[in-house]
Amino acid sequence: MSANQVVESLLALSQQEELVDLPKDYLLSESEDEGDGDGERKHQKLLEAISSLDGKNRRKSAERSEASLKVSEFNVSSEGSGEKLVLADLLEPVKTSSSLATVKKQLNRVKSKKTVELPLNKEEIERIHREVAFNKTSQVLSKWDPIVLKNRQAEQLVFPLEKEEPVIAPIEHVLSSWKARTPLEQEIFNLLHKNKQPVTDPLLTPVEKASLHAMSLEEAKMRRAELQRARALQSYYEAKARREKKIKSKKYHKLVKKGKAKKALKEFEQLRKANPAAALEELEKIEKARMMERMSLKHQNSGKWAKSKAIMAKYDLEARQAMQEQLAKNKELTQKLQVASESEEEEGGAEEVEELLVPDAVNEVQMNVNGPNPWMLRSCTSDTKEAAAEEDPEQLPEPVAHEVSESEGEERPEAEDDTLLREFEERRSLRKRSELNQDAEPAGSQETKDSSSQEVLSELRALSQKLKENHQSRKQKASSEGTVPQVQREEPAPEEEEPLLLQRPERVQTLEELEKEECFQNKELSRPVLEGHWSEKIPNNHPDAPKEKKKEEEMIDLQNLLTTQSLSVKSLAVPTIEMLEDEVERNQRQMIKEAFAGDDVIRDFLKEKREAAEASKPKDVDLTLPGWGEWGGVGLKPSAKKRRRFLIKAPEGPPRKDKNLPNVIINEKRNIHAAAHQVRVLPYPFTHHRQFERTIQTPIGFTWNTQRAFQKLTTPKVITKPGHIIKPIKAEDVGYRSSSRSDISVIQRNPKRVTTRHKKQLKKNSAD
Amino acid sequence: MKVKMLSRNPDNYVRETKFDLQRVPRNYDPALHPFEVPREYVRALNATKLERVFAKPFLASLDGHRDGVNCLAKHPKNLATVLSGACDGEVRIWNLTQRKCIRTIQAHEGFVRGICTRFCGTSFFTVGDDKTVKQWKMDGPGYGEEEEPLHTILGKTVYTGIDHHWKEAVFATCGQQVDIWDEQRTNPICSMTWGFDSISSVKFNPIETFLLGSCASDRNIVLYDMRQATPLKKVILDMRTNTICWNPMEAFIFTAANEDYNLYTFDMRALDTPVMVHMDHVSAVLDVDYSPTGKEFVSASFDKSIRIFPIDKSRSREVYHTKRMQHVICVKWTSDSKYIMCGSDEMNIRLWKANASEKLGVLTSREKAAKDYNQKLKEKFQHHPHIKRIARHRHLPKSIYSQIQEQRIMKEARRRKEMNRIKHSKPGSVPVVSEKKKHVVAVVK
Repeated sequence: MSANQVVESLLALSQQEELVDLPKDYLLSESEDEGDGDGERKHQKLLEAISSLDGKNRRKSAERSEASLKVSEFNVSSEGSGEKLVLADLLEPVKTSSSLATVKKQLNRVKSKKTVELPLNKEEIERIHREVAFNKTSQVLSKWDPIVLKNRQAEQLVFPLEKEEPVIAPIEHVLSSWKARTPLEQEIFNLLHKNKQPVTDPLLTPVEKASLHAMSLEEAKMRRAELQRARALQSYYEAKARREKKIKSKKYHKLVKKGKAKKALKEFEQLRKANPAAALEELEKIEKARMMERMSLKHQNSGKWAKSKAIMAKYDLEARQAMQEQLAKNKELTQKLQVASESEEEEGGAEEVEELLVPDAVNEVQMNVNGPNPWMLRSCTSDTKEAAAEEDPEQLPEPVAHEVSESEGEERPEAEDDTLLREFEERRSLRKRSELNQDAEPAGSQETKDSSSQEVLSELRALSQKLKENHQSRKQKASSEGTVPQVQREEPAPEEEEPLLLQRPERVQTLEELEKEECFQNKELSRPVLEGHWSEKIPNNHPDAPKEKKKEEEMIDLQNLLTTQSLSVKSLAVPTIEMLEDEVERNQRQMIKEAFAGDDVIRDFLKEKREAAEASKPKDVDLTLPGWGEWGGVGLKPSAKKRRRFLIKAPEGPPRKDKNLPNVIINEKRNIHAAAHQVRVLPYPFTHHRQFERTIQTPIGFTWNTQRAFQKLTTPKVITKPGHIIKPIKAEDVGYRSSSRSDISVIQRNPKRVTTRHKKQLKKNSAD
Repeated sequence: MKVKMLSRNPDNYVRETKFDLQRVPRNYDPALHPFEVPREYVRALNATKLERVFAKPFLASLDGHRDGVNCLAKHPKNLATVLSGACDGEVRIWNLTQRKCIRTIQAHEGFVRGICTRFCGTSFFTVGDDKTVKQWKMDGPGYGEEEEPLHTILGKTVYTGIDHHWKEAVFATCGQQVDIWDEQRTNPICSMTWGFDSISSVKFNPIETFLLGSCASDRNIVLYDMRQATPLKKVILDMRTNTICWNPMEAFIFTAANEDYNLYTFDMRALDTPVMVHMDHVSAVLDVDYSPTGKEFVSASFDKSIRIFPIDKSRSREVYHTKRMQHVICVKWTSDSKYIMCGSDEMNIRLWKANASEKLGVLTSREKAAKDYNQKLKEKFQHHPHIKRIARHRHLPKSIYSQIQEQRIMKEARRRKEMNRIKHSKPGSVPVVSEKKKHVVAVVK
């Protein structure tokens, strides 16, 4: 017992110590963990002291029953409990012994597996349940959207909604008591029987009945909707096709055709890769088509269309082009297929045939056009180039030219779409310019018109011939240079086009000059292109400048006080280089002026004001009666004296409120008495005041409308029948299928939700 | 000699029988009927004035209760039968055509909290302060029989409301929780709770019949799905909602009668903003009921008046009050959408016309045509100031009138203050909250 006493005293002491410690801790206000650790250490020491009191009797417990690092028999220390026990720690001692291999394996397997996540708490789960249920319910409810919308917008609603179907006894019931008596009736019935038609009961054949029941309303609706959709799609397609067919642009159709051909080619390529046999068949088909085409007279010049075009070709550029295209096509078709043994003579022969096929007039025109017409020239020259290359290969020993021409031919179709567009642009601008030129020098154009004689034609032919030669020589030059890149060669072409066109009407340029110029350009290819353009433009502008000025002066005359101030015209007598920049500005200003040319705001306003003042003035009243006290009749006027006597002068009204306000018109027409009856703000459903006015102005009464229209106009929005109960809307009323399962059966299948509280109550109740 | 004479085809003017109407040829040339707008305007003005002249909505007062009328119920099959429960536990069944009480039952001790009829109209249910749910037969007891309920269910807590399913033998009660009962059983088949406050009313959706709505005294409205036995969503408003009512023609629309003098119409799929806020009452709104056409609803208020609102307007189209009518506790729109009944504190049930100036009884065709024409004219010219003034004019009791003025001033002051706050603070720092959003505190999923 003594030992116990000692322990007690010691414990008391330690408590005191702790008590002393506490305030110290507070004072120092150090971290609590440290303080705790300190106290604990002391405590540990104390315990050791106690155990050392009777060391013999006590023995340390070897068993470790708590998951703590420090084991003591007196208490459970919390030290080290914060650390997590990791599986690896447990495995460490195992590593050393090899006998525990199986255990190790198992443990490793455990380690590789992941722990299952904690289940969500109850509230979370409920929340999720609720959300899911809400979404489901919203979906169910959204089927009512169209009906609600329809009912809200309906012109008229008749309640109760469900129609009471009139009770009609089926005919078969009515007929059952009736029998055929007269011979006619019997005969008819016999016929009916023979044809297995129902006579009395039932009136519908079984097949018909089945077909009646075959489709539910919803299915039928769906089917109908599908059919409608298909029909709509078809009609869209047809409309599209019609629209496309209506497009008059030949270019467009050509592009479309080309696109189709390209696509077909691509498909054919694919087919060839995928299925050679089918590809072969396809090829045969294509070949056959080609043959048919070749056999037909479509691309000969013998057709009606071709003849008409040939006539038109003289005057119409497009017709000319069409002719050319046709010729090209013809050439393509009539060309023999590439056979290995192809000789030059044959080719030459083909050429000749072609020459024969083309009528003279067209050829002439072509020539006529080709001379001065640069965009025709390009295609023509390329043709001629090829022809030349084919005709006399010995002239051009270098293979470079061949390659170039071939490459050109290949490139063309690819870039054709772009070039077509560009050509359009060019042509338009050129046409404009040529028109200007014609305006400037009508004499020259006159000359060209006159010079449509044979001589001129022959001259032109000669000229084109020369041109061809020129080209060839140039080509030769280029080839001889060898390293001259293709781009350089292509550049001069558009350059030379313009001067050719510009100077065409003048017809001053002779062949020599042309040659000179070309030589000149060939020599000085490095010279910037712009310079040449510029040098052309300035002389062109010269004759135009005074004209423009004239125009402007006219505009100025039209201008009034508002616009005159801002006008500042530079004299254009001496054209300078700055003029070009000025021109742009001027053009813009001109444009603005033209746009607002008609607006003279101030004058309009003054006029308006004068009119308003005039209208508001009280009018004189003329009470003269012709024919009273004197002769009256056609052409006779009452005497001035009489008129003066019966003219009642209106008193001078009060001065206008805006008399001294120059920039204001005050409307004095507003009638306060009427305003009280007028609507001031546009009411809600209307978007424009005119809309509202229109509804007000259309009368709905029987005085202005026929009986039928009146009835229609005055139908009430909601009609209810007196004495009829209106039930809430049902799914069946609007054609939906209502859920077949009843609500209660659904609940009884999942009766989970009787709360525990309620269960307790029930138990108590039953106990009572 | 040939004589030319004027002749007419007798088909054009001779009647086939003497009962036919005389054919009156008319010339509709607009030149002959000038001034159509002014003439129609005058007609519209007269029609509006006449409407006000003939506006006599009050039809009858059914007296007999010895305490305030706490709840009303319509008979589902019979237009003339109405049931009412009073604060002294008495249930009365009335015949409207005779304007008589045909049966009296002492159903509960204390208040009759709720009353509802079965969808077939053979029996009805009541709940009371004595914690019981009772089912009664609609027909009275035979000679010598005692007046006894068909079934009585004794609950643990007080039931504050009851509603019957629209198609099946199921009813729902509310109190501490919402219970769904099978008629054949004495314990609920399902009970749903969300929160711990007492629930004041529960209503079945008449179209999608598995849906329920309830409102509790912790300011919220909770929606339930009976089939999945779970609450769906909860919306918390500024103040307590007294009761809700579902639109019988639009499945997802319901209207809540709130303590803050307003009614809120919600689309149950988007609870964060009410579709419409209806304000005109000057005291707490206690009850609301939809017209069976779903186009209007009637609300009963503590301010001793009932008002009729179109569903798409925020202001009422009509207000009914009488000198003797006190706080109106319950209101019902009859199933033929012609009449309105309201039960109030001073023990009376009043019967009103839903359309104040409507002529009752059978109309001749000419009367009908005139009525329709006048109605259209009123609609057409409703925006014109004089007509609008006359059509909107209502006499109000002094208390309500002064209350309205007072509240208008208060509202204006609040608005001005808000505007000032917006004006004098950094742009965008004070958000502008619309009237609709102002009253919704939160939506809980």
